[in-house]
Amino acid sequence: MSLQPVLLPTDLLIFVLVLAAAALALRASRHAPSREAWRRVGRRPVAMAAATVLLAFAAVGFLDSLHYREQLPPGPGEAAAKRQYSSEVLSALDALLAPLRLQTEKTYSAPFARELFQREVVELPGGGQARTYPRLVYGARHLLAGSSLLADLAGRLAWTPFAALAASGLLLLALAVAVARGRRCRPGEAIRLILAGRTALAWRAVLIVLFLVALLAAAGVALASHYHVFGTDKVGQDVLYLSLKSVRTGLVIGTLTTLIMLPFAVALGIAAGYLGGWVDDVVQYVYTVLNSIPSVLLIAAAVLMMQVAIDTHQQWFDTAAQRSDARLLALCAILGITSWTGLCRLLRGETLKLRELDYVQAARAFGASTAAILRRHILPNVMHIVLITVVLDFSGLVLAEAVLSYVGIGVDPTTISFGTMINMARAELAREPVVWWSLAAAFIFMLVLVLSANLLADAVRDAFDPRQ
Amino acid sequence: MLAYIVRRLLYAVPILFGVNLFTFVLFFGVNSPDDIARMQLGAKYAGAEAITRWKTERGYDKPMFFNPARAGTAKLTDTLFVDKSLRMFTFEFGSADDGHNIAREIRSRMGPSLAVALPTFALGLFAAITLALLLVFFRATALDFWGVVACVVMMSVSSMFYIIGGQWLVSKVWALVPISGYAGGLDMVRFLCLPVLIGVVAGLGSSARWYRAIFLEEISRDYVRTARAKGLSELAVLFRHVLRNALIPILTGVVVVIPFLFLGSLLMESFFAIPGLGSYTIDAIRSQDFAVVRSMVFIGSVLYIVGLMLTDLSYTVVDPRVRLG
Repeated sequence: MSLQPVLLPTDLLIFVLVLAAAALALRASRHAPSREAWRRVGRRPVAMAAATVLLAFAAVGFLDSLHYREQLPPGPGEAAAKRQYSSEVLSALDALLAPLRLQTEKTYSAPFARELFQREVVELPGGGQARTYPRLVYGARHLLAGSSLLADLAGRLAWTPFAALAASGLLLLALAVAVARGRRCRPGEAIRLILAGRTALAWRAVLIVLFLVALLAAAGVALASHYHVFGTDKVGQDVLYLSLKSVRTGLVIGTLTTLIMLPFAVALGIAAGYLGGWVDDVVQYVYTVLNSIPSVLLIAAAVLMMQVAIDTHQQWFDTAAQRSDARLLALCAILGITSWTGLCRLLRGETLKLRELDYVQAARAFGASTAAILRRHILPNVMHIVLITVVLDFSGLVLAEAVLSYVGIGVDPTTISFGTMINMARAELAREPVVWWSLAAAFIFMLVLVLSANLLADAVRDAFDPRQ
Repeated sequence: MLAYIVRRLLYAVPILFGVNLFTFVLFFGVNSPDDIARMQLGAKYAGAEAITRWKTERGYDKPMFFNPARAGTAKLTDTLFVDKSLRMFTFEFGSADDGHNIAREIRSRMGPSLAVALPTFALGLFAAITLALLLVFFRATALDFWGVVACVVMMSVSSMFYIIGGQWLVSKVWALVPISGYAGGLDMVRFLCLPVLIGVVAGLGSSARWYRAIFLEEISRDYVRTARAKGLSELAVLFRHVLRNALIPILTGVVVVIPFLFLGSLLMESFFAIPGLGSYTIDAIRSQDFAVVRSMVFIGSVLYIVGLMLTDLSYTVVDPRVRLG
C-alpha cells in the first residue's frame, strides 16, 4: 500500500517554526549573553521539568502534523495502475494510535468499563430479550466474566516501571558522558553529581520527569489497546485518543498565532519607535483602533466573516481536513491581528529609549544606514521583549482556544480540540449518573500543558528581563 | 480639567471613525451582501429573487460608498457605509434579524449584565488585593511560596472548568442554589451568588500574583525603608505606604475594564442563562446576526475609550502630583 504525503498549511508553518527554533537555538549558543540567560533558565529545576513536559507534548503535536492519505484498493473493473487515494487525511499519530482510533464503541462507556454505560435491549443467547448493559465490543473484551480487573491491570502494568527506568537510565548515561567531558571527571563521578542534583543545569529534574512521562507512556501502550483508559464519548470514540489529538490544535494555536503576528509587530513597533514622525502616528493610530475593539468581539466578527467566506467557497478545498485546517490557520491569523498590538507598543517604547543611547547615536554619526542600524543595533536589543512575550502569550492562547470554541467562534466543529471536547462534555454533566470522564481528561491534559507553559514562561522572563 | 476632557473626546472621534471603517470593511468587504444572503437563506432557497428580497428587507441593496443613481450629496449619503456604519455614532443600531430594535434590547439587557459583573469585579478586586497583601506580608516564607504555587495552578485552569465544576458541586451535589437562570428583585441574589463566586475564584490566581509582584516592587523602595526606620509596624507600612503607592499601577489595569462591565461576560451569562449583553452577543454569534455583532463592536470600543479617560481621571484622585491640563 502506498501513501501520499499531504502538506497542510499549518503543517508547513509548524516545520518553519521548528527550523526557526533550531536556528535561534544555534544562534543563542554562539552568543555569550543569551547563552548565559538560557543557563539561568536551565539552572531552575522547575523550568527544566516544565520544558521536558512541553517537549513531550511537542513530540505528540509534531507526529500529528505528518499527514498522509492512504491508497485505496482498486475497485472491481478498475485498472490497478490507476491510483486512488482515500479522502481521509491521517497523521503519523493516527497510525500509531490506530487501535484507539478504530476501536469505537456504540456510545458512552466509563474508564476501564466492560459494559456500555446505557442499558439496551439485547438478544439472549437462549432466545428472548433482556434490558441490560451490553458488553463493549473492544474495551476489556479479553476479560472473562467474573475475572478480576485489578489482577489483569497489575499483570499488564508489571513491566512498565522497568521500561521507564530503562528510558531514564539511558538518558542518565548519555548525560553522564557529556557532563564528564565538560568537567573532566570520570563518568561514575558525573552520575553521582547528576543524581545529587549538583550539576550546573538541573538534569535531575529532567530525569525524574522523563521517568514519569515514560511510565505514563508505557502504561498507555500496555493498556490502551485493551481498555478505554479514559472511557468513550457519545459516539463511542476513545477519549484518550481525542485528548492526544487535541494537543496539536492547542499547540498550533499557541505557537502559530505568535509566529504569524511577530513580523508585523516587530517591524511596525521598531519602525514607529525609531523613525518617529508620520510613521509613528500611523502605527499608533492603527494599534489604538484595533486595541479599542474588545478582543472577543473583534475575533467574533472576523471569524463570522471567515466562516461565510469558507462556506461560500467550498471549491477551494479538496478534503474536509483541508477545510478545517484553513479554518484553524485563519483563526490563528485572526488571533494574531488582535494580539500584536501589545507587543508592538512595548517594542515602540523600548526603541524610543534605545534610539537616544550613545552607541546608536555613534552608529548614526558614522553614517550607518537606517536599515543597518535597525537590524544590527536595535533589533538584537529588543529580542528579549519578543521572547518574553512569545512564551507568556502561549498559555493564554491555549486557554483562549477552549473558550472561543465553546462560544462557536473557535476551530471547526470537526477539528478535535480541548474546546470541542469541553463543549460536548458540558451537556453530559446534566445526565444521571454523571458522565465525567471526557471532562476529566480534557482538564488533566490542559492543566498539565498550560501549567508547564506558565512555569517555563516565568523562568524565561526572570532570566531575560533585565529589570529583574 | 474640562479642557482635558474635551480634548480627549475630540481625540476619540478619529479612533471611533477608524473602528467604524474597519468593522464596515470586515463585514461588507470580505463577503459581499449577496454571499451573506446566500448563506443565511441556505443554498437551496437562494434564488436571485430571494436574495434581492432579503437585501431589500434589510436595506442591504445599496452601493457601498458611492451611489451614482442619486443626485447631489445623496450620492454619498445614500450608501451602505452611511446607512449601516456612520449612523451608529447617533447610537441608532437599526433592528436585529428577529425584528427587535437593537438599541432598546441593549438598554434592557445592561441591567442583568451589570448585576453579575459589578459584584464579581468589586469582590474579585478585594479578594485579590487581600490575598496579595497576605502573601507579601509573609514574603519569603513557606506560606508565600505555596501561595504563589497555588496562584499559578489556579491561573492554569480554564475558566470553563471553574464554571462547570462550580455548577456541578454547588448546584447539583449540594443543591444550594439553582443551577442557572435569572429573576428580578430579591430573588436575584439566589441566582447571582454562584456566578459571582465562580467569577471571583476564576480570576483570583492571575490577579493576586500580579498584585503581589507590584507590591514587591514597591516594598524595595527607599520610602518603605524610611517608614520602617521610623518604627512603623509592618502592617502600617503595608497599608499606609505600600498599598497607596501601588495604587497607580493597579489602577492602570483595573479602571479600564470598568466600562466593560456593561458588556457582561460571554461565558458566565451563557452558562448561567443570564439575559444580559454577553448572552445577547453569543446568541447573535450563533445565529450569525451580523447587525447585532456590529453594534456590540461599536459599543465596545466606545466603552474602551471611556475607560481610558476614567483611568487618567483616577490618577488625579490617588496621586496629587498628577495634574491633567
